[in-house]
Amino acid sequence: MTTVGVVLFPGSNCEMDVIEAVRGLGAGAEILWHGDRSVGDVDAVILPGGFAHGDYLRPGAIARFSPIMAAVEKFARDGGPVVGICNGFQVLTEAGLLPGALQKNRGLKFLCTTVEVRVETTDSVLTTVADEGQVLRIPINHFEGNYTCSPGVLAELRASDRVVLRYVDNPNGSVDDIAGICNETRNVVGLMPHPERASNPLLGSDDGLVLLRSLLVAASSMA
Amino acid sequence: MRFAVAVEVHLREGVADPQGATIERSLPYLGFEGVSGVRVGKLIRFTIDGDDEASVRREVEELCHRFLANPVIEDTTVRIEELVR
Repeated sequence: MTTVGVVLFPGSNCEMDVIEAVRGLGAGAEILWHGDRSVGDVDAVILPGGFAHGDYLRPGAIARFSPIMAAVEKFARDGGPVVGICNGFQVLTEAGLLPGALQKNRGLKFLCTTVEVRVETTDSVLTTVADEGQVLRIPINHFEGNYTCSPGVLAELRASDRVVLRYVDNPNGSVDDIAGICNETRNVVGLMPHPERASNPLLGSDDGLVLLRSLLVAASSMA
Repeated sequence: MRFAVAVEVHLREGVADPQGATIERSLPYLGFEGVSGVRVGKLIRFTIDGDDEASVRREVEELCHRFLANPVIEDTTVRIEELVR
C-alpha cells in the first residue's frame, strides 16, 4: 500500500487532518517523529501545518534543524515526493529545499478563510491529476503567508513553470499572487492553502482531494 | 576571553515592512509629526567565549547567516564588546 509519512514537530497541529484525508483516499498514512533520523519506507512525505517550535525566531527556522529534516532532504534529493503545507512550506523554504521566504501578510492580519486558487501547472507531484487552469476552493490559515523572493528567482520560477498555484484574489500580498511553488525537479512542492481541510463536502469543499490524489499517484510510482 | 554580542536583525532594504508602516501611520494620531522610515527589527543578545574579537566575529557572522537571520529577506548588524572580568 502506498504510504505517506506526516512529520510531527512540536507545535504541528494539522497532522491528524492530513492523515485522515490521505486515509480517506485509501492510502496509508503514518506519523514521522521530528527527532527520528529516518523517514522509514514511506512513499511520500508531508510537512503539515501548525507552529513548529512555536514559530520562534521565524516560522520554520528551528524545525529545519530537526533530525528528521536531513532524512527528508535526502528523500527529496532521491526524487521522493515532499509536500509542505502552510507551516510545512515555511520549513521547506528555511531548509533551502524551496527558494524564497514567507513574510508577514500584507495588512498584518492572521487570515483564516477559504480562498480560490488556480492550478497553474500540472507538472508537479501535487497537480498531476488536476487540470491546468482549474480553480479550487481551499482554506488558508496563516499569518506569514506572503511569499517573496528575489526578482531573479521569480523570473526563474516563471520561466521554468514552477508556480504551481496562484491566488485568484491575492489575500496576503504574495509576489505574483503565488500560493504554491515547486523545486527544479518538481517533486518538492510548498503551498499555503490546506488541501486536507477541503477533503470532504461536509467541510465546505472537497477541492483539495485532487491535490492529494496527485500526490498519491506520484507516491505510488515510488512504491 | 568573553564577549558580549548584540545582533540586530532587520528586513533588507526594499523588503516591505507592514509593521513599520503601521507604526509610522499611527504616529501623527499621537501628535508625533515628521517621523519617517520606521522599520521594525529584532535584537538578539548573548555572550560568547573566544580567543579574540576577529575570530568571534567570524563565528557570529556564520551563526547569523545560518540561523538568526533569513538572508532572503533579512540583514544583520553585529556589535561585539569584550567583557572585562
